[in-house]
Amino acid sequence: MVQLLPQLSNLRQRGLAGWAILIGAAIVAAMAIMTVVSPWISPYNPIAINVGPILSAPSAQFPLGTNHLGQDMLSRVFSGGAIMFQVAVLSVIVCLVVGVPIGLFASYLGGYTDKVASLVMDSIYAFPGLVLAIAIAAMLGPGVVNMALSIAVVYVPSYFRIIRSQVLTIKELPYVEAASIMGAKSRTTLFRYILPNVIPSIVAVATINFADAVLTSAGLTFVGLGLPVSTPDWGWDLTYGRRLLPSGAWWVIAFPGLMVVLLALGFTMMGEGLSELFNPRLQK
Amino acid sequence: MPLLDIESLVVEYHTLRANVKAVDRVSLSMEKGHTLGLVGESGCGKSTLGLSTVRLVPPPGKIASGHIVLGETDIINCSDEEIRKVRGKRVGYIFQDPMTSLNPVKRIGAHFVEMIHTHEPEVSKQDALKRGKDVLERLGILPERIDDFPHQFSGGMRQRVMIGLALALGPDLLIADEPTTSLDVIVEAQIVELLKELKESLKLTLILITHNIGIVAETADRVAVMYAGRIAELGQTGDLFEKPMHPYTQALLSSVPNITKKGQVLSWIPGAPPDLAEPPLGCLYHPRCPHAFDRCKKEEPLLTKRNGSQVACHLYDKR
Amino acid sequence: MDNLLTVTNLKKYFPVEKGFLDRLLTSQKSFVHAVDDVSFSVNRGDILGLVGESGSGKSTTGRLCLKLIEPTSGSILFEGVDLAKLHGEELRRFRKNMQLIFQDPMSSLSPRIKIGDAIRHALSFQGVGTASEQTERTRAILERVGLKPWSNFYDRYPHQLSGGQRQRVVIARALVLNPKFVVADEPIAMVDVSVRAQILELMLELKKEFDLTYLFITHDLAMANYVCHSIAIMYLGRIVETGSKEDVFGRPLHPYTLALLSSIPVPDPKAKLERIIPKGEIPSPINPPKGCRFHPRCPYAQAICSEREPQLEETEPSHMVACFFPRT
Repeated sequence: MVQLLPQLSNLRQRGLAGWAILIGAAIVAAMAIMTVVSPWISPYNPIAINVGPILSAPSAQFPLGTNHLGQDMLSRVFSGGAIMFQVAVLSVIVCLVVGVPIGLFASYLGGYTDKVASLVMDSIYAFPGLVLAIAIAAMLGPGVVNMALSIAVVYVPSYFRIIRSQVLTIKELPYVEAASIMGAKSRTTLFRYILPNVIPSIVAVATINFADAVLTSAGLTFVGLGLPVSTPDWGWDLTYGRRLLPSGAWWVIAFPGLMVVLLALGFTMMGEGLSELFNPRLQK
Repeated sequence: MPLLDIESLVVEYHTLRANVKAVDRVSLSMEKGHTLGLVGESGCGKSTLGLSTVRLVPPPGKIASGHIVLGETDIINCSDEEIRKVRGKRVGYIFQDPMTSLNPVKRIGAHFVEMIHTHEPEVSKQDALKRGKDVLERLGILPERIDDFPHQFSGGMRQRVMIGLALALGPDLLIADEPTTSLDVIVEAQIVELLKELKESLKLTLILITHNIGIVAETADRVAVMYAGRIAELGQTGDLFEKPMHPYTQALLSSVPNITKKGQVLSWIPGAPPDLAEPPLGCLYHPRCPHAFDRCKKEEPLLTKRNGSQVACHLYDKR
Repeated sequence: MDNLLTVTNLKKYFPVEKGFLDRLLTSQKSFVHAVDDVSFSVNRGDILGLVGESGSGKSTTGRLCLKLIEPTSGSILFEGVDLAKLHGEELRRFRKNMQLIFQDPMSSLSPRIKIGDAIRHALSFQGVGTASEQTERTRAILERVGLKPWSNFYDRYPHQLSGGQRQRVVIARALVLNPKFVVADEPIAMVDVSVRAQILELMLELKKEFDLTYLFITHDLAMANYVCHSIAIMYLGRIVETGSKEDVFGRPLHPYTLALLSSIPVPDPKAKLERIIPKGEIPSPINPPKGCRFHPRCPYAQAICSEREPQLEETEPSHMVACFFPRT
């Protein structure tokens, strides 16, 4: 990773941006590990009902309380991130596979290709993200893959825009001219001279994409376009938690909510830190 | 009494790696009506020195120690309000790039009005504009152009506008940081002629910061050569060019082409300026100096007086 | 006298981008007359200095000679080959004959490519030699430009080198293919003053060793005087004077050349400067003045100068000037 992005060495010495990346990455890593080892650390089966009294407040036996089905909240918090991670990772993969090539080729080739691609992308970009995601998810139906796809569609234009602006700038730089002078073929110029210099921006967008995906998937579940009830998922807990709030059972929404915010925060910190590192605003 | 007195100034940049001394124990004084050429290559600290005189060293830079006295004002320790009164009114500053120093959405007139109102708020807008027009005319620009925007001026004209703004309040001292670097050859000559003329007619006190030895030879009464944050040599222009003492000055002068000299052989200085985060021991120039001897590697040379000039080199310091 | 490169009636006009309303309301197109009917030739083994200020068209001319941009009209013959007829793969292969040394060493090297690889790419793009032969040649040229030992530099990234070192890498990259012709576009303008002569010396040594011909583009007349054999002075897209260095700088004929020469700063406080500084500044190349382009600023202009454009004419052997009243 450091080979690919030499700026990532010595993060601790890079000031605020470096710390943001380290802390963000630590948060994300911690939560990922927590999700992975959840089968071993959960005191109860997260989907088993009636392991405890219904809607009991946090106590010694159930540190985070129980919900309306008598499920242990602690176990649900440990394992509830799995879906979100899957959806986020999948949506980023789709964006990279679809958005990056379109961005690269359209802006490098210019002309009509660029105009058409920009038109399409700008149209998608004009929609409010969550609304569009909801519309697409409603069409596709429930499921991890479909959630990932709807988020991906909403996010591809962001990749396109960032890549396009980078490519247009880099295209005019002398070192790209140097590649032509040496007799490089267009493909070589694009992949060995332009793309490596665009990667830092892609990484920055991807991390923000993760953050957004986490929040959007919670949102989709919230409006009922998520997954079957049985899967432990913070999004579901938020949905039910909201309904249970008037009855005073704050713990059902609070802890999963905190997890969602924390995960999104972790990714966002990484993303902002990376953006700052690669495009420093402060000059010496 | 000198107009500007700088004594043992140290300006440090606090970077992630180390505290870098961009200006290291520099002492200088300026008499009224004189022009000083502050000469050096990139990274020698000349711009930082210029900015220190008006306390505009950007963070992470900081004036660490020393004295800067302008007339009666203690520049380093005076209050924020007092330093604001100094900037523009007592010291006029011309920054390097005229393209980015002017606000593209404001007319030139507005720049003058803002400048004048900051220091003399009682002046009416009409009067301020009139003063601006007078200044422009003095500098060879049609006074009607006071209503134009910066982008409507060419590079050389913009630089004249910058000079005009710097002179608008009749400052005691003018500091020009690389005023001609981004300009074409002929325009550069025009600006140099203009500065010379202003020097004469306004009895300007001018500090000219540049890496261009040629324009310094033409305009300056005295020259200070800086290397790695220190003054290597300081003397009358004629003396410095005719009999440069410091090896760096000698090498620098013989690396600049002189089109009037037939058969000139240009030389160069091997190596590169020191990394100020890990400076070498002793004289900072010794790794590149052909005359370096033992003492140079251990002991830093101090500025000593010699033949009416000052030079920081062990070759001349027989102590 | 062997002509390596012959440029005839070369023109390059760039269309001016207009705003939306302008495009709706006016059908008139305007152009930047960057290069406007330029003819010259470069002899094998020569160093021709293409000298001018901003807007003169010197950089554009350099790039046209390398076919990095397409001319609007005119012809460029390289060793008799008409560059206009080269396309695609043939053009790509032809590139090894002519290379470019860039002005800014920082932005002419990709920050993500190690400098050894950056140089080696020139060889691999042209399919010269095997992989190990390419590496050998790269190491050799690194040392030849003074970056010794190669092992200290091969795996470094551009930001880890000094400005002067980076410029050597740019030179190495230009020469590793053994080109015949090298265009150097302000090669020392962004290098520290005390190191410039070193880079120039290197370029001159390499010229002898590799038998090169240079087109040296610069605004720095003093440097052009130091390094070049022949000079062509450009103003607003046209050549106004050409000849050997001794002719053009020793007995300048065109008022613009005189103005340039008298404007150069001289690092000698005792020098008596007789300045002939023309008034005003360089007009925009979008609407160049009618007649002689320099006439609005010329202290010697007469009526004819605003009506007709002077052509390059020989006043003494090999010394040509485009002026109705050359200063003999």
